[in-house]
Amino acid sequence: MTGHFRDKVDVSLTVNGEPVEARVPAGQHMIDFLRLELGLTGAHASCEHGVCGACTIRVDDQSVRGCLMLAAQADGAEVWTVEGLTDTGAMTDLQDAFVARNALQCGFCTPGMLVAAEELLSQSGTPSRAEIREHLSGNYCRCTGYEAIIDAVEGVAQARAGKGAA
Amino acid sequence: MKASAGGYARAENVRHALDLLAASGGQGRLLAGGQSLVAAMNMRLSAGDLLVDISRLSELSGVTEQGGTLHIGALTRHVEIGSDPLVKTHAPVLAAAVAHIAHAAIRNRGTIGGALAHADPAAEFPACALALGAEMHAEGPDGTRTIPAEDFFEEVFTTALDESEILTAISVPVAEDGEKQVLEEVARRSGDYALAGLCLVKRAAGHRIALFSVGPKPILATGAMTALDDGDLDGAVAALAAEIDPPSDTQASAAYRRHLAGVLLRRAVARLKGDNQ
Repeated sequence: MTGHFRDKVDVSLTVNGEPVEARVPAGQHMIDFLRLELGLTGAHASCEHGVCGACTIRVDDQSVRGCLMLAAQADGAEVWTVEGLTDTGAMTDLQDAFVARNALQCGFCTPGMLVAAEELLSQSGTPSRAEIREHLSGNYCRCTGYEAIIDAVEGVAQARAGKGAA
Repeated sequence: MKASAGGYARAENVRHALDLLAASGGQGRLLAGGQSLVAAMNMRLSAGDLLVDISRLSELSGVTEQGGTLHIGALTRHVEIGSDPLVKTHAPVLAAAVAHIAHAAIRNRGTIGGALAHADPAAEFPACALALGAEMHAEGPDGTRTIPAEDFFEEVFTTALDESEILTAISVPVAEDGEKQVLEEVARRSGDYALAGLCLVKRAAGHRIALFSVGPKPILATGAMTALDDGDLDGAVAALAAEIDPPSDTQASAAYRRHLAGVLLRRAVARLKGDNQ
């Protein structure tokens, strides 16, 4: 009766621009797949119920909670993690701004913060501080108190819009 | 913790999904956006499910308007509801609700049908559906049926849907000329579940008020609606306090939630009059 259901699922996707084929456990979420199977440990598994944002990755051009998406659902998806986004240089200015503004201390939240912030920066317009704060409201940071993170993102937003230096 | 799934199958169309549910021996669980289900699986609140992944069924996604009815596919994602021009024009309270639902990354994956079928009493969309007088469209082994929102939500996480059925769409009447729709809620932090929330719709036929996070399901406040139709705001607030029985928990006491409900009603009415939604 239940032969239609698989406990291992074949998926074919791209991760950081590279084709990946794998057979994943039915209940494995994307972060465990990326970390344990592919060795991409940038995105972190933390709360694992969608609250903290440390697992934020980019899937098909959108920020996604890696802990709330099953690897089995990623067939055909285009996935980017902080490693790949670093290699392409797509957000070097944002990463530099995080360093310059002390927008990280322990760094645990930073990969998720960067992916979430980059999504906002890639949308049209120059976001206000309130909009930045709102967009990052699902990403917890226990070190910085957030102000430095908002500073960094705001600086990059203005720099990319040609309104000032990051 | 780590999820424990009994198995996974990717549905190719609605009929296939229904067949998979039928073949699951009662263990079948529909996986759409997964933003509540995968969290519950990770916390082992749900284990051993045979997952029927319907998230690829493009025929269940998208918004259309026809003959005075707005038709929203069940797999339409929150982010799409929030930006869709038809939704903004014809059911603006749904678009307004999106900003209150969790965070951007979750709104990118979560679906309106998933939120309605999940029937979290603290969620925005079920109360919006109730306030709008929405209809839920379900498909099962024996065909399709339509369930009014008033009959759809039964208890905490419980709807009128049968285990063998799939919620395929929601339809709402398009806003009439001069119709007003507002949503008010109080949450401790942006994206948190509301301590209390309220949807108010004003039509020529009268007001409709639905509340969330004040009981085991979204509540249509008929007493407050009647009082508001009579222009009696104080009476509406009093009626509202009498017709809800909110829970006490670590977030808020029942008395505080009941107080908030009245405050939210006054705020919503003020916004109607100020027309500054």
